[in-house]
Amino acid sequence: MSQQTIIVVGNGMVGYKFCEKLIAKSSHFNIIVFGEESRIAYDRVHLSEYFNGKSADDLSLSSGSWYADNGITLYLNDPVQEINRAEKTIHSLSGTTLKYDYLVLATGSSAFVPDIPGVEKEGVFVYRTIEDLDLIKAYSANAKVGAVMGGGLLGLEAAKALIDLGIEETHVIEFAPRLMPRQIDSAGSGMLASKLKSLGLNIHLNKSTASFIGEGKIEALKFNDDSTLPVDMMVISAGIRPRDELAKLAGLHVGTRGGIIVNEKMQTSDESIFAIGECALYEGMIYGLVAPGYEMADIVAAWLTGGSKAFYGYDMSTKLKLIGVDVASFGDAFITEPDCRTLVYEDTFKGVYKRINISNDGKYLLGGILIGDADAYNILLQTVNNKIVLPPNPEDLILGSRGGEAAEGAGVLSLPDDALVCSCEAVSKLDICCAVNDGATNIDSIKKCTKAGTGCGGCVPLVKDLITGTLKANGQYVKNVICEHFDYSRQELYDLVKINKVKNYDLVLDHFGKGDGCEVCKPVIAGILSSLWNDVIVKQDTIQDSNDRYLANIQKGGTYSVVPRIPGGEITPDKLIVIGQVAKKYGLYTKITGGQRIDLFGAHVNDLPQIWEELIDAGFESGHAYGKALRTVKSCVGSTWCRFGLHDSVSFAIEIEDRYKGIRSPHKLKGGVSGCIRECAEAQAKDFGVIATEKGWNLYVCGNGGSKPQHALLLATDIDSETCIKYLDRFLMFYIKTADPLTRTATWLNKMEGGMSYLKNVVINDSLGIVEQLEEEMQQLINSYHCEWKEVVDNPDLRRRFAHFVNAPEVKDPNIKFESMRQQVKAQW
Amino acid sequence: METVTDIEWILACYTDDVPANGGACIKHGDEQIAIYNFTRRNEWYATQNLCPHKQQMVLSRGMIGSTGEDCNPKVACPFHKKTFSLINGECLSGDDYQIKTYPIKVTDGRVYVGIV
Repeated sequence: MSQQTIIVVGNGMVGYKFCEKLIAKSSHFNIIVFGEESRIAYDRVHLSEYFNGKSADDLSLSSGSWYADNGITLYLNDPVQEINRAEKTIHSLSGTTLKYDYLVLATGSSAFVPDIPGVEKEGVFVYRTIEDLDLIKAYSANAKVGAVMGGGLLGLEAAKALIDLGIEETHVIEFAPRLMPRQIDSAGSGMLASKLKSLGLNIHLNKSTASFIGEGKIEALKFNDDSTLPVDMMVISAGIRPRDELAKLAGLHVGTRGGIIVNEKMQTSDESIFAIGECALYEGMIYGLVAPGYEMADIVAAWLTGGSKAFYGYDMSTKLKLIGVDVASFGDAFITEPDCRTLVYEDTFKGVYKRINISNDGKYLLGGILIGDADAYNILLQTVNNKIVLPPNPEDLILGSRGGEAAEGAGVLSLPDDALVCSCEAVSKLDICCAVNDGATNIDSIKKCTKAGTGCGGCVPLVKDLITGTLKANGQYVKNVICEHFDYSRQELYDLVKINKVKNYDLVLDHFGKGDGCEVCKPVIAGILSSLWNDVIVKQDTIQDSNDRYLANIQKGGTYSVVPRIPGGEITPDKLIVIGQVAKKYGLYTKITGGQRIDLFGAHVNDLPQIWEELIDAGFESGHAYGKALRTVKSCVGSTWCRFGLHDSVSFAIEIEDRYKGIRSPHKLKGGVSGCIRECAEAQAKDFGVIATEKGWNLYVCGNGGSKPQHALLLATDIDSETCIKYLDRFLMFYIKTADPLTRTATWLNKMEGGMSYLKNVVINDSLGIVEQLEEEMQQLINSYHCEWKEVVDNPDLRRRFAHFVNAPEVKDPNIKFESMRQQVKAQW
Repeated sequence: METVTDIEWILACYTDDVPANGGACIKHGDEQIAIYNFTRRNEWYATQNLCPHKQQMVLSRGMIGSTGEDCNPKVACPFHKKTFSLINGECLSGDDYQIKTYPIKVTDGRVYVGIV
């Protein structure tokens, strides 16, 4: 059979997905892709992350060689300009004329720009492509006030982008009386608006823009009510227009309001030409989300390879995070009484709004809206789509079960087999359960064999619940094990290693495990060995996570950072000078960290031993910023200088930091000591925090900053320094011995049965009769402290490991490049 | 039909240059090649040093190990823990990446890599 030629017009997400689906089904096609932009296909759904540290490369859907590797010819910067349907040829901008057997139009959409006077002024942008973003970024450097026209999904994304760009004052202008009018109701919009306002966004509803004012460039907006708003720049996000001009030119049928008309096979009025994604109009509707676009791509790929899949509309339920706020809308979100019964839960304090619409007989969920907390989205959506009969108390769906049996993960197995779990890749519940039964028992292997969870990733929690549920249903005991090589939890293995006095990884694997180990168990056991024996970790360098292996944190581009210990944040002028000299000599970028010390970035692996030699000569020690170990004990200046200080918090912080430095634990540890209740050291956000009182110290434990902030809880009140240290010894050692890998103290406590009162009983009242042993074990660790970097600096064999090329130790990695920023360097990436 | 190509064997490094059960990187012209000394299995492997996920020259610094019933040897990128088969370079963590592998042989304490 001779190869058929498929030409794809448009290299966006849907065009790309079509190629991926087609090559997965057959290799009998000659695929040619024409893209208008200069880049390979990229992720438009996460476009706003471009301003949040992601590069254009990060957003790419494939590697640059993907097209060639799969035999696809790609023309970039080369839009198709004409279709000759009689000859079955296309003609592109660069003058290429090619013959096709089938043509797939995936031309997407463009931003709709309303015809408002002044719209052509400088400083007015649309938000659609990476090029648009580059223009916005460049212009924003001189802008203080920015506005977005359109309070829909894309408009709010654009507003987030302006915030990320550092625009001081951002406004959102919406013509309708509420935000996201297509997805949420007015009560939900009200909650979302107040939440967004509290995050610094200015929201104007019911505002219709009459003109853009300014000499050459935009200076203000004038509204229909004659009010004005001064702005420096403007992003228009007022909706999308399907790109149907090429189809129209070729005489294909298009809708009166735009869009290429297709049938259920995505065929246009010419049976050799298909249209998919946002340019396609099916039964009068444009599907402006990525999941239905992918479904359309799959249908065409199936049809071309002899399948018979068809499109019958698509569920437009959606869940997303807007400026950190969860927003979800599913099923029939807007149906109202008397056609249904509506349950609403509103918490203005936390900014949570939940609405569910239930059939009048109380049996079925019809749809709903979630703002502020959308954790239940997946299961609610499944309940709607699969017409699952509701429990007697449907309010549990949004409030959680209050009292009685916990419902966690219980519902997933009641889903019918054809429930669509991953809508991006069209994977059903049955597909996943079968894969689990065939041996894919973790999320990675499920991703690999079903592709579920590889698109937007929103279904991953549900997939995990399905894995656990299926295993349990099969009578398989779901045990908390480290990885495929060890059938033990971390705590079990800790005890085994201790009782049997095993001191290296290979022996642990021989005695208690199987296979050759992996990147999961190696660092866990490395941590256990350190916590037990506190040996020099680089003696077993290849079982350490890469940061521990090179005693430095690997950074973008492959350089490392250097963080000397500065206990309590106290440093002499002489030592400051040394840090400055070292940074200058080795061209390092310097920054003050959140933990009151100085981080030096951009060191070549070859330079690390020499840098540390110089730092150690000046009296510095390793700061263990690379390890699962104590980082810093932050302090306020305390009673020595501060007029409010009750005790000397700096001295106590230094004493504590020196006591626990270098000790390995299940995760990093941070501490703080404040000299009075004003709490300038933020000790209650740390794994352990000490705050001075009139009578002594209050000791708080298990706090956390980071992504899930949690205040530390009070363990003991008005204790003296000695007692405080004693309790800290016990608390830290108990954590080190019993926590799961990579579990911070806050999570460890949250999972602990009995919680804080249990922990208090163990640490203070000695309910387990182990406190003496805990104190003893801690003392052993303290006694065996050594500076890991000094060991390396003094040992030529260990130093030799710090080379990029073993056959050319003096050559540095030529791929590492820097550029300058604010008189310092940054990694070019 | 299998084609026989001439392999040029280059001296990459010495056996004690590469840590036990770990990797090291060598330079061959502009090419960076990761060499793995899988002491536990008494095996040696070589792959490209570039992790295709984020284009970082780091695979030689990754942890090695095995996966599955048949103990398929693998390396995990230290950046985001994407894993690759040391035998055929296939990505084992569910992505469409492929890395290059090289023939390798050891004689008299010298490690040779085959360049095709």
